[in-house]
Amino acid sequence: MNRWRNIILVIAALLVLAVITPFSSAYVISLITHALIFAILAMSLDLLLGYTGLPSLGQAAYLGVGAYLTAILASEYGFGLDMSFWVVIFLGMALGAASAAVFGLFAVRASGVYFLMITLALGMCVWGLAYRWNSLTGGDNGINLPPRPEFGISLANEVTFFYVVFGFFVFTLGSLYLIVRSPFGRALEGIREREPRMRVLGYNTWLHKYIAYIIAGAFGGLAGVLWAQKNGLVSPEDVILTTSVDALLMVVLGGPGTLIGAAIGAGVVTFIRDYLSTLVHWWQYLLGGVYVLTILYLPGGLIGIPARVRNWRARRSGAQAKT
Amino acid sequence: MGIQFWLIQAFNGISYGALLFLLASGLSLIFGVMRIVNLSHGSYFLLGGYVALSVIAVTGSWWLALPVAALTIAAVGLVMERVFLRPLGFDPLRQVLLTVGFAFLFQQAALDIWGGDPMTIDPPAVLDGSIVVGGIYLPIYRIFMISTAVLMGLGLWLAMEKTRMGAMVRAAVDDAEMARGVGINTSRVSMFIFALGAFLAALGGAIGGAFFGVYPGLDFEVLPLAFAVVIIGGMGSLAGAAMGSLMVGLADNFGKALFPEVSYFTLYAPMVLILALKPTGLFGRD
Repeated sequence: MNRWRNIILVIAALLVLAVITPFSSAYVISLITHALIFAILAMSLDLLLGYTGLPSLGQAAYLGVGAYLTAILASEYGFGLDMSFWVVIFLGMALGAASAAVFGLFAVRASGVYFLMITLALGMCVWGLAYRWNSLTGGDNGINLPPRPEFGISLANEVTFFYVVFGFFVFTLGSLYLIVRSPFGRALEGIREREPRMRVLGYNTWLHKYIAYIIAGAFGGLAGVLWAQKNGLVSPEDVILTTSVDALLMVVLGGPGTLIGAAIGAGVVTFIRDYLSTLVHWWQYLLGGVYVLTILYLPGGLIGIPARVRNWRARRSGAQAKT
Repeated sequence: MGIQFWLIQAFNGISYGALLFLLASGLSLIFGVMRIVNLSHGSYFLLGGYVALSVIAVTGSWWLALPVAALTIAAVGLVMERVFLRPLGFDPLRQVLLTVGFAFLFQQAALDIWGGDPMTIDPPAVLDGSIVVGGIYLPIYRIFMISTAVLMGLGLWLAMEKTRMGAMVRAAVDDAEMARGVGINTSRVSMFIFALGAFLAALGGAIGGAFFGVYPGLDFEVLPLAFAVVIIGGMGSLAGAAMGSLMVGLADNFGKALFPEVSYFTLYAPMVLILALKPTGLFGRD
């Protein structure tokens, strides 16, 4: 029953977002679109971190793979600027999945702090190629994209583009939700809680983790395609270590293992990085403060706050009843 | 490409490796003892450079700037470990996010105090210029970098092998739980190691200021390099950190000179392979 209430809450919130956003200023629409794209990246990471217990320090790599693919296809070959946009979406997800399939061969064997280090190294490999492989990636300058695709609808229109991104956000949320509710997702949670026991029960835990890693890579690639179109510029800045770390913060801040928490976290971090940074020069104190305070005081993330308040009130009223 | 090219590149790579050793040897010990992925280690390097600049501006003495910068940042690291990291317990993810939070706080503080313009630290006249050996110009400053790293390395090695604290550190690296079991105060060891790591990184930053410059963003530029050293050499081992620094320094120099397009890839791909095949590093103990 509680689950249905939560689902209805989420659907209602999404409906409100979809209805209200077009009436906002162009800047706010662009900001929300930005947040939704990073929400897709954060949710893909939540599948690893929140459900499988794999804290990846290199999720930006898949964003980079999708983004560079989109930029190279568009600027070099003029591909993906009409109906073929949908092909690029598919290719971006496929390439994200394929690179995760290669990287996963190395990463998924590791656990704990070694998993952190190896995903960091993999992320740096992608960054190194983006930064140095001038003939392919444009090096430090990155690649500028031509105007956004047009196929009956024009994605150059911020409202139209918002609805397209919103659609992909809902698609990602829905798909990942179905995955984590499936027996496969349950097995992932089992691995998170106690991997040796799952192995004893006959689960191939390596394969489960490997598949989860590939799925996360695919959705990371999707976020990359959308990000390239959103930003109009793809550069090594998109795949630096801090992007990966930000994605981790989004998940932990919102509440790991909830999907929608990751989306909320993405909203908060985007708000600080892209809105507050234009208002106040000391915004990094806020960002750093959010990191530190989340770790020290919000183990369950923002989404855990209502439950904590309920607990606290229940305890207090319980204490009053006794006196 | 004659023999000169190889000699010069090798010399540059070794001196770069010397700087990396200062940056990464402490990180390796921290990682070995505490299994902490400390993402604010690059900030110690950057802050070391900035503090050195301030000391030079006030006193005019470059020689004074090095120890003051290193000790100041050691104190910062010590406080961070005692107040924030120690109570956190063992959870790699939370440690990563906490230390990266501090990296952002340090970044902003540095921006507020020292501004956003790139600066360089001018070394004293004694270290300026170069000497000529067999027709090759060797900048004296790079020779100074190498000798400092060698001296620091020897000092650390002696401390690790000959002193009681060194023995405690080695025990904690090998098996922290067992070390606690036989009565070693691993909490004190962690505190000591963390301060030492910050000290060395800041010293590296102050010395590297004449080499890289000091500018916002340097912290996150050197950080992954430090991890590459730690992983390739093997964590918690000084000899490993020395070998790792040398290899990363040489690989970086030759990579950039010979195949620039994939030069960073050739640095981090070995890191991935080593982690996948031998997570304790090439020279780490199993």
